[in-house]
Amino acid sequence: MLITCPYCGPRDVIEFTYQGDGNRERPQPASQDLDAWNAYVYDRLNPAGDHNEIWQHSGGCRAHLRVVRNTITHEILSTAFARGGHKSADNRAEGRS
Amino acid sequence: MAEYSAFSLLKNALAGNKDWKPAWRKPDPKASYDVIVIGGGGHGLSTAYYLAREHGITNVAVLEKGWLGSGNVGRNTTAVRSNYLLPQNTRFYEHSMKLWENLSHDLNYNVMFSQRGCLNLAHTPAQLDDYARRGNAMRHLGVDAELMSVEQIKRLVPALDVSGSARFPVLGGLMQPRAGTARHDAVAWGYARGADRRGVDIIENCEVTGFLRDGGRITGVSTTRGEIRAKKVALAVAGSTGHVMQLAGISHMPIESHVLQAFVSESLKPVIDTVLTFGMGHFYISQSDKGGLVYGGDLDGYNSYAQRGSLPIVDEVMSEMLALFPGLARVRMLRSWGGLCDMTMDGSPIITTGPLPGMYLNCGWCYGGFKATPASGWCFAYTIAKDEPHEFNAPFTLDRFYRGLIIDDKGQGANPRLH
Repeated sequence: MLITCPYCGPRDVIEFTYQGDGNRERPQPASQDLDAWNAYVYDRLNPAGDHNEIWQHSGGCRAHLRVVRNTITHEILSTAFARGGHKSADNRAEGRS
Repeated sequence: MAEYSAFSLLKNALAGNKDWKPAWRKPDPKASYDVIVIGGGGHGLSTAYYLAREHGITNVAVLEKGWLGSGNVGRNTTAVRSNYLLPQNTRFYEHSMKLWENLSHDLNYNVMFSQRGCLNLAHTPAQLDDYARRGNAMRHLGVDAELMSVEQIKRLVPALDVSGSARFPVLGGLMQPRAGTARHDAVAWGYARGADRRGVDIIENCEVTGFLRDGGRITGVSTTRGEIRAKKVALAVAGSTGHVMQLAGISHMPIESHVLQAFVSESLKPVIDTVLTFGMGHFYISQSDKGGLVYGGDLDGYNSYAQRGSLPIVDEVMSEMLALFPGLARVRMLRSWGGLCDMTMDGSPIITTGPLPGMYLNCGWCYGGFKATPASGWCFAYTIAKDEPHEFNAPFTLDRFYRGLIIDDKGQGANPRLH
């Protein structure tokens, strides 16, 4: 499996660390909403199909990436920087994904 | 009289083996049942078997989307053990072990359960202390466990590199002598025949595509072979749990589906006569009765429904094997394959009523589903029949995650790929 890092280009999956479901929303640190914290810590979407997930290029530039990947075919549909919650960080990222 | 016996073998041999009945029928689905079990794997079939045998509920259908035994029951590395630390897990898996010990007789089907022991290797003093603690916890609950010295291990597994110059020198190990292996296909076929002979309909090539409802209550399923109604609908779909729950309108679960690979080598003369696990990585190995080494390691590490893995894990598993057994370097790998693991947030399973009215849920088996097959079906059948859990599966609720009652044997936290 190759993941196209917006900085580094296409790299082997062994350079990346999987950080799981990218749909989860972390409550504000001061939040006392137990349901929201439980959902953040324990609930996963786990679809059979396109999955929005976070990877870190830990063996490369160390950027956190938002990756859309199909869990049945392992095809990678898009990659972008995860920061700011943007779907794609710049045109380069979109061009390569 | 038993269907399979020395007498029936002889009789059928003389008659040219023309009179054997198929181990299970191929019925068309009826319009309704008392219980539908979704998933014709080990757990679904054992659930149907124990529903019929223990609770007299025989108007049951088992729905399998492919052919029987095509999922994890035919894809695992066949180890059976009950060497857990936490009492909830120990009690449940020890109940399973006791069912295993009598399973071939109970089913009148040889599942080739071989109690050759399971040895966890320790490579650091701290790890050996941890194993001593786990062994004591097991013995406290009546489970067998022995701490082994390097000299004992050397006698037991001569091929293992126990020298001080090994990459990770072996300092000792924790042995469960009653652990072992079983022939996984026979487990599926034995439970299938046992259920079938008691009246259960096993329906293959029947994929569930949706749920029928009456108000909030689940009243049946729509399938590729039509609608089927039932008073109770039980899920035992392992790696497909997330997908099937989404069909029922439940989008989020404390589960991720991951792919786990397994490997078998060419046949060798006997070299390892126990189940051995590596303590400085994640690797386990045993030798099948045919002579092939059966081994595996970690998950690929990302969500997957693909039932196939990638090469980095192949490389890692082979490296781990050679760290333990340098002498196996030239053994050729025969086959590799992948299966889906329904990884929970604490590494322990879920066997419960609900979460919807009319629904019963059995999932979250992580790596450990095969050894649990008898107790999983036994407890799930009890839960379905009585509408409440047995004390063995009472801790394995779905809401434990939200009530602070997680059962995390490894102490890993809510990171499924690390359990």
